[in-house]
Amino acid sequence: MFQKTFDWLDERLGLKTIYNTVLDRKVPKVNWWFTLGSASLFLFLLQGITGIMLTVYYVPSPDHAYDSIQYIMNGVAFGWLIRGIHHWGASLMVLIVFFHMLRTYFFGAYKYPREFTWVTGVLLLFLTLGMGFTGYLLPWNQRAYWATTVGTSIASTVPFIGNFINMVLRGGSDLSAVTLARFFSVHIWWFPALLAVLIGVHLYMVIRLGISSVPKEED
Amino acid sequence: MPKSPHMSRREFVSIVTAAAGTVMGAVIGIPAIGYLIAPALQKVSADAWIPVGPLANFQVGIPTLFNFNRTTVNGWVQTVNSYGVFILKQQDGSVVAISNKCTHLSCRVNWYPENAAYVCPCHDAWFASDGAIIKGPQPRPLDRYETKIENDNLLIHFIGS
Repeated sequence: MFQKTFDWLDERLGLKTIYNTVLDRKVPKVNWWFTLGSASLFLFLLQGITGIMLTVYYVPSPDHAYDSIQYIMNGVAFGWLIRGIHHWGASLMVLIVFFHMLRTYFFGAYKYPREFTWVTGVLLLFLTLGMGFTGYLLPWNQRAYWATTVGTSIASTVPFIGNFINMVLRGGSDLSAVTLARFFSVHIWWFPALLAVLIGVHLYMVIRLGISSVPKEED
Repeated sequence: MPKSPHMSRREFVSIVTAAAGTVMGAVIGIPAIGYLIAPALQKVSADAWIPVGPLANFQVGIPTLFNFNRTTVNGWVQTVNSYGVFILKQQDGSVVAISNKCTHLSCRVNWYPENAAYVCPCHDAWFASDGAIIKGPQPRPLDRYETKIENDNLLIHFIGS
């Protein structure tokens, strides 16, 4: 019964082909360092799921942001767990993505024909850092407020247009409700959408080109 | 390759991956359900006995308006609602507490001594001093609160809304 249903779907969707192409592809003999990309993908999905869960209660407004998070932590069953995973997962994701980059660099995996994979990877690293920066403001506590004050001030040190960049980031001269709203928007819509698209491109190229092997002495 | 009696490496990895995936899915998935339905499971009891004051404050036959506020908490937001109740001491000494909320569309009724009636400003519903219908569009008499007397102080039983 299950086999028949599966065959019926497979004939129409090509499930086996997808499985064979994506998961059953040939790879050289590699080591544990080569799992960091999958770990990054896993963390991205985990952050996505827990992030969506948090938006159920979180309200991005100066009046409600802090209190709604207090409610998540103390008023909702397992709110502490969902937020805890999102909080620690964020730090872990930055770490893992960074190690993934180091592995690629030290193993020379960015070379021909994978230059473009490297470029999308760099963009993904920047987006991951951007997610960390925008997400840091959302709790709207003292640490979040002043960290973002400092962070956006750094942008104002850019020659000539620094102050303008700072104003664009903050949505005005001060950190305000506008800042919180736009950081929230960037954190839950712009950057995740870009991340998803770029991960798609990144993975497409990994599948298309295959992964590089561990460099040998003669390389 | 001849079939080995032992589990192949591939089979082992598949089983471990599936098991680890199931555990991780459960660790996130089960709390997630609780997280989403938690507000529906919280029992909010608005039940309270509200002190209205010494019985001596109320004159026989004259409804006296008593206002009080109740605070409800939804999530992290507090809402304060005002309520009004007419206290009426009757000839026999018994006390009734009559809500000032019109039973038609919830406007607040006022006591008019010259008419000896509560009149609703919205659609001209008239009620007698004990809350009974005189005339108007209202479907039922004014609602009453349960009352009790402790040490000559009157309390009314608030049960929400």
